[in-house]
Amino acid sequence: MIAQAAADSINVAQNVGFGIIAAGMIFAALCVVTTSNVVHAALWLVLVLAGVAAQYILAAAEFVAVSQVLVYVGAVMVLFLFGIMLTRAQIGPEKGLNNRGWAAGIPVAVVLLGLLSWAILDAFEDTTLPDRGPTTTSRISDDVLHPYLVPFLAISFILLAAAIGAMVLARKD
Amino acid sequence: MSDFLRDYLTVVWFGLAALVLGSLLLGLAALVRPVKPNASKLIAYESGVDPVGIGWSQSQIRYYVFALLFVIFDVEAVFIFPWAASIERYGTFGLVVMLAFIVLLLDGLLYAWKRGLLRWV
Repeated sequence: MIAQAAADSINVAQNVGFGIIAAGMIFAALCVVTTSNVVHAALWLVLVLAGVAAQYILAAAEFVAVSQVLVYVGAVMVLFLFGIMLTRAQIGPEKGLNNRGWAAGIPVAVVLLGLLSWAILDAFEDTTLPDRGPTTTSRISDDVLHPYLVPFLAISFILLAAAIGAMVLARKD
Repeated sequence: MSDFLRDYLTVVWFGLAALVLGSLLLGLAALVRPVKPNASKLIAYESGVDPVGIGWSQSQIRYYVFALLFVIFDVEAVFIFPWAASIERYGTFGLVVMLAFIVLLLDGLLYAWKRGLLRWV
């Protein structure tokens, strides 16, 4: 009985944490699209991606959260900032950054939200997901080195293709 | 699950403590110090010389190749961690698989090297 109550209070805390992080992410995401400085937009995006990592922690996916920080907040943002600094002559605040048809994005976003909500509600309805505890990194290695061995090696091919393709594109001649 | 999240509560308290402490000190300083700004106080400090131009500048294209290579090898590093967590259990099999994975990606580095993209001219 007491254990049940403790578990419920943890679930409430989990939901509250989810709400707080989600609110922060939405605010940061709005800042990404409304700021007039491209570099600031990239830095707000760091906050969104860090929020995603925090949500992964709430979902007890520790390894995915750390990967998110390592790859997205670390490497991809470095690439983003370099991309901005390489391609744009004007880096300070800038008018006319918004696409003129930006309002057309609103119905698309609403439709996407509705579609995703419907798909998730239809698939799960009221089922409570089993509480299997946090996923340990060694359990991920069991998956990577056993059932997903071939996809895992295919990933290295994809990464290799991405690396070579990017280097060909970035070459000067 | 609950113990797992309870452990992360420490992280939340830590972050909140850092936030409170930082804003307390900065807020206290803002309350106590005199504020008398003028035009020459507000310009960026550039070793005592008047700054020329703006702080932003375009960086060179050759940084981009290094940033790209960083992303690729960062993803590679992420995949090495699960193997490292259970390195004893998998023994030779794991070693061979990871070597295949790493050698495949090393080809990309070799390609960059052969093309002279790693040379900083």
